Amino acid sequence: MRIPEIRKDWKANWVLYAMILPVLVFVFLFNYIPMAGILMSFERFSPKLGVFGSQWIWFQNFKDFFTSYYFGRLLRNTFLLSFYDLVFAFPIPIAFALLLNEVRNKPFKKAVQTISYMPFFISMVVVAGLLIDFLSSTGGLTAIIGKLGGPTGNLLGMPGAFRPIYVLSNIWQGFGFGSIIYMAALTGIDEQLYEAAEIDGAGRWKQTLHITLPSLANTVVIMLILRMGSLMSVSFEKVLLLYSQSTYSTADVISTFVYRKGLLEANYGYSTAVGLFNSLLNLGFLVGANALSRKFSSTSLF
Amino acid sequence: MRHLHRSSPSRKVFVFFNTLFMAALAFLCLAPVIHVVSASFSDPTRLFANTGILLYPLGFTLKGYEIIFGNDSLLNGYLNTIYYIVAGGLLSTTLTMLGAYVLSRKKVLWANKLMLFLMLPMLFGGGLIPFYLVVTALGMYDTRWAVIVPGAVQIFNVIILRTALREIPDSLEESAKMDGAGHLTIMTRIVMPLAKPTLAVIILFFAVNMWNSWFQAAIFIRTRSMFPLQLILREILVQNDASAMIKNSVDAATKADLYKPLVKYATIVATTMPVLFFYPFAQKYFVTGVMLGSLKG
Repeated sequence: MRIPEIRKDWKANWVLYAMILPVLVFVFLFNYIPMAGILMSFERFSPKLGVFGSQWIWFQNFKDFFTSYYFGRLLRNTFLLSFYDLVFAFPIPIAFALLLNEVRNKPFKKAVQTISYMPFFISMVVVAGLLIDFLSSTGGLTAIIGKLGGPTGNLLGMPGAFRPIYVLSNIWQGFGFGSIIYMAALTGIDEQLYEAAEIDGAGRWKQTLHITLPSLANTVVIMLILRMGSLMSVSFEKVLLLYSQSTYSTADVISTFVYRKGLLEANYGYSTAVGLFNSLLNLGFLVGANALSRKFSSTSLF
Repeated sequence: MRHLHRSSPSRKVFVFFNTLFMAALAFLCLAPVIHVVSASFSDPTRLFANTGILLYPLGFTLKGYEIIFGNDSLLNGYLNTIYYIVAGGLLSTTLTMLGAYVLSRKKVLWANKLMLFLMLPMLFGGGLIPFYLVVTALGMYDTRWAVIVPGAVQIFNVIILRTALREIPDSLEESAKMDGAGHLTIMTRIVMPLAKPTLAVIILFFAVNMWNSWFQAAIFIRTRSMFPLQLILREILVQNDASAMIKNSVDAATKADLYKPLVKYATIVATTMPVLFFYPFAQKYFVTGVMLGSLKG
């Protein structure tokens, strides 16, 4: 860019630059300044002394975290909650879309579809409240699980039950809404393909195997890659609402740990360091997923 | 129509069980809601003794609703949430439109650099603690600003709207420019009306998200009179404290433990039903939103 060019552009477009200025200010304030705030992770940060007055301790916060008792537990919990969610919750919307697509009764299909979206619109607080209620020692779900031979008592207080509860409730909340994208892909399939297969004598099962599934593959791959990119970011709000001291051993994840250390205990430098570790981990997965995406489908996320 | 002339017996069995299975899934989605609605109308003594999932009310009473609506807590929460949606929505939509409009112009020298400036935070952020300290340092702690301002620019929305604006043919604006219209006029009179479907999606998602959001308010707002609905709900549902709801009703206060579940269920109904009644009518926008969100800008 040369100076005359810049001048000419400014003359022609200064109104546009003025229009976008507020947006830039907001992003600068609430995204870029916090980014600079990671300097705190190298300090024994004290709000009184500020970022430039606090004592620099370089990597001590990170060392403390990596050598602490919590490190392994947090990493394992964060990874496992995400991993189980990926393995169990990811395929369900696909299966649901395939089965719903086989329903020929239009009003029934539409009704099931609309109802399946409903849990998505129920707030996290209410979902957590319902789980607490249904899984308490006198709750409706606890009674059913007990009859099936499962454990009784307050299930949310049991470390062993937390991961199944997290994953199953995620499935309940998201399988319908998550199927939207696959339903759209299914309706996009050319009807003529099926007619041609029909003439060739292919049955329904063969049609599904050779037409429906291959047409869906692209969408599935993209969604899978997107999901892998956020592998280490669990539903922080949900864990925060559902966990308790008695389930920390399986439920405490990096982000809830940051919340407790930073906001409840005001240990700012240390918690920023732990948060930075989490952000870097997420970035790593995102970049990795993007590389995969470039390789396997022509689309990339960025 | 395919398949019609091909209803083999095995196909019939499949269709039967598939229909049954779909109905069961729909029931699974509905069951908790049916339980909550039924319980909210149930006789508290019988509700107390019940342990299963309810499909219809046990007896009938409006006592739960009398308590929650006879109390400022919930109404106040309603007003606050509506305020956050309207004020936050106006601010957020204005900023999103400004950003998207400018970035969709084709002859802006710095457009790509500005785009990069906006995209970078989508990949990496400072995390919760620095964000919290910045908002606090700006003097927003325990003010309504803390709910409205920090999240006003949703970068993803700017990009989605920009993509929609790029598809509008230049010729429309060119003729407006000839007539001497400035950028603000072109944006509000010509470009945005053409992008209405995308705008509607953005605004609807914003409204539902704000209605259901609690975390930002939970970390920044201490004064109870500024609590949005979800924080009132959290108090009752998660922290298991219905005292604020019950205390105003003398009769109920003496039987607080008895009325607590009733208050809990009635509050869920009163706060969740608005969204549940509304979404089926706006379904097509939410579906469009998912599709927009899955495509990259």
